[in-house]
Amino acid sequence: MLDLSDQTLVEKVKKGDYQAFEGLVNRYEGKVYRLAMRMLRNQEDAEDALQESFLQVYRGLKSFEGRSTFSTWLFRLATNVCLMKIRHRGAEPAKLLPLEDYLPQHEDGAHPQMQEWPERPEEVLLNKESREKMLEALEELPAEYRAVFILRDVEGLSNTEAGETLGISVAAVKSRLHRARLTLRGMLSGYFGKRDN
Amino acid sequence: MKCQEILERLSEYLDGELDPKLCQDLERHMEDCHPCLLFVDSLKKTIPLYKYASCEPMPKEVHLRLHDYLKKECQGC
Repeated sequence: MLDLSDQTLVEKVKKGDYQAFEGLVNRYEGKVYRLAMRMLRNQEDAEDALQESFLQVYRGLKSFEGRSTFSTWLFRLATNVCLMKIRHRGAEPAKLLPLEDYLPQHEDGAHPQMQEWPERPEEVLLNKESREKMLEALEELPAEYRAVFILRDVEGLSNTEAGETLGISVAAVKSRLHRARLTLRGMLSGYFGKRDN
Repeated sequence: MKCQEILERLSEYLDGELDPKLCQDLERHMEDCHPCLLFVDSLKKTIPLYKYASCEPMPKEVHLRLHDYLKKECQGC
């Protein structure tokens, strides 16, 4: 199963080959789990989302026509399962602040004070506490912005793939991604600032 | 190009999607504007940081429970 393409495995599953389905699950379970952990930040919820996503895949494969790739379709299902779980929690964080709040303020033409980041910030962030700070910042983003950031910048999907996954236009992907990046930068800047003071 | 315009186009710049002419304007602006340069640098560093902060790998028992669950649920499909 390891060397067969997704498309071949999908065709086999459609013909009732359950082993082929297990092959697809083995291939993508780690990615879907990481996506769910980043979206939900809770192991139990992430495991639920993982199980539900693959069950939906199995049930939906018969009608999967291959208009998008299998992986895009799977990510779309899994992302929607995570978004539904977040909505059900009923504790969605507040909407994003206006963009200006994350941009340096210029008063009377004077330049603001800017914090210079470490040359290799990932070394500062390697400890558990710092990683938690980053994931907390990610959790504070509205879910739709978090999903775009995770799909594009963490999972490496293209704008088109992320748009297809979330059912939004490429322009909306770009706009949300920019807002998400600026917001996360602003939050991490606060962290680096505190460390330096 | 003003600072505010630069900041609004930064993701396009970092993703290599900015029009070449605007790209040149932006880089020229940064040669003279240290705050904008620092801002771009920090935004650029934000993106890969989240790859480093990746969560733990999927535990083996989650894998086993997933396969058990699917085997049971898919039988009736």
